[in-house]
Amino acid sequence: MSDFRLHADFTKQFSGGPVIRAEALEITGAGVTVLFGPSGSGKTTVLRCLAGLAIPDTGEIICGGETWFANGRTVTPARNRRLGYVPQEYALFPHLTVAENIAYGLAGQGAAEKQARVAEMTGWLGLEGLAARRPAELSGGQQQRVALARAVARQPRLLLLDEPLSALDAPTRQRLRGELRQRLRQLAIPTLIVTHDRLEALALGDDLVVLDEGRIVQRGPVQAVFSRPANLTVAGIVAVETVQAGRVLAWENGLATVQVGGVQLTAVAEPLAAGTEIFACIRAEDVMLSRDAERHSSPRNRLPATVRAMLGEGSLMRIELDCGFPLISILTKPACAEMELREGAPVLALVKAPQIHLVPRSG
Amino acid sequence: MTGDDWQLIGFSARMAVGSTVLILPLGVALAWLLARRQWQGKTLVETLVSLPMVLPPVVTGLVLLQLFGQRGPLGHWLHTHWGVDVVFTWKAVVLALGAMSLPLLVLFARSAIEEVNPALEQIARTLGAGEWRVLFTVTLPLARRGILAGVLLAFARALGEFGATIMVAGNIPGRTTTLPVAIYSLVENGEDAHAWVLAGISTLMAFLALWAGRALQRRRP
Repeated sequence: MSDFRLHADFTKQFSGGPVIRAEALEITGAGVTVLFGPSGSGKTTVLRCLAGLAIPDTGEIICGGETWFANGRTVTPARNRRLGYVPQEYALFPHLTVAENIAYGLAGQGAAEKQARVAEMTGWLGLEGLAARRPAELSGGQQQRVALARAVARQPRLLLLDEPLSALDAPTRQRLRGELRQRLRQLAIPTLIVTHDRLEALALGDDLVVLDEGRIVQRGPVQAVFSRPANLTVAGIVAVETVQAGRVLAWENGLATVQVGGVQLTAVAEPLAAGTEIFACIRAEDVMLSRDAERHSSPRNRLPATVRAMLGEGSLMRIELDCGFPLISILTKPACAEMELREGAPVLALVKAPQIHLVPRSG
Repeated sequence: MTGDDWQLIGFSARMAVGSTVLILPLGVALAWLLARRQWQGKTLVETLVSLPMVLPPVVTGLVLLQLFGQRGPLGHWLHTHWGVDVVFTWKAVVLALGAMSLPLLVLFARSAIEEVNPALEQIARTLGAGEWRVLFTVTLPLARRGILAGVLLAFARALGEFGATIMVAGNIPGRTTTLPVAIYSLVENGEDAHAWVLAGISTLMAFLALWAGRALQRRRP
């Protein structure tokens, strides 16, 4: 599957809406690509065009050497694209049982084969005992898993997930984020996920494509895009200035100690096993600076740092620090002047434990 | 109640069932085309199908008589190619009942199909289903209650049809006379008491059809 390649380059406009351009959208290999952007940026339209449920105006879609769409014409209709599509509200067939839902895409296979595949799917997703239920009798999380099982059962060559967790309540969403990442890894099917949720993008994605007002504004590995937004638009969309990979050292009483670069950080977090890989996310406005080694200040994280660069943005100053890893802070210009900050100056970066957000990256 | 009455009731019921069975595939197909497809002439077909609901039934009957009479375009074709004569036979009864009850079936089936979430049909396509499989495994099963309600209402409408029937099938006792036509004749001949008996039976049959419809609709999906 690692030689998989989807190439899409198309435009689509709904009457009165903006033109949505999927310019040279490439999905290669078996990883997870996240199509990320604010509501109304055209993410779902791009996904629906790939699924064959919406028809682009111009352009082409080529998947694994097979033309799906070209010259304004659908060449391969949705039913022949052999992809797994999970829409936002899951769209489970309400009149069919869980088992029948999962088996729907297995038409043409023998009854025994179907049964075996359904059993495999329910086992894999922990849906045993629910096979005879109707979707209305399931919880949101269970529905999400049935929708995934149904999409995956027929061994699609491409998986498309539209806001896979947004229909769930917040605690369930948080729990399933890690689970979903693990399952997508196990599957190793090339996957495209649409989301406007930054945590979902960080937790699930290998690569990130940022969409804004119908245009692709940046693409690259998740961490790279989050840490180095190409411009202010992207920075505004991702809205987390510091994203660093790290590892959990310990967790106790709601506080996790994590190793990031050469530094240990303390963060408020749900229970995490030692050794769990994480992204530590810190917003720039949550990083306070001090010139004195304040021993008695409250923030749990007091990081000796050096100012690497300073960049004025209106009344604010964006300060890039090196504290063992690159850390971004935002201060007002008067505050910078008062502290006599300049490049090369030593400072103390202060970050409260609740303001370091940990996104688990492994199960 | 005479033997003739029982024959009359049986005949009327058979005609209503026959016309309903006949219009079911046509009505559902039309309903699906109107609900789910955009095509040229859609508005025209839509209006034509609904017309019998608002026209005087005798006008519908007159149009059918013109079309299916031996000199009418369809009647002539049926007579020469198939040797089939329609008007003033039981076939004309079925035709009249079908034409009069089709609009109700289409109306109900169409709104039932429109209520099926298109996302479900789309997901079925992404799972490899062709249009027929989508129709028979997703659209129709989910629309079945509304379609069933339409079928029962069409059946009840067919039981009570008078105007179109008398125009195109006439009043030939034992061959084309239906309950409503028989009631009209009895009253015309001053046999009011007999007419009331048949009126009571008519009411009972219509009541049972509607009641069965309600009961079926209340059942779990």
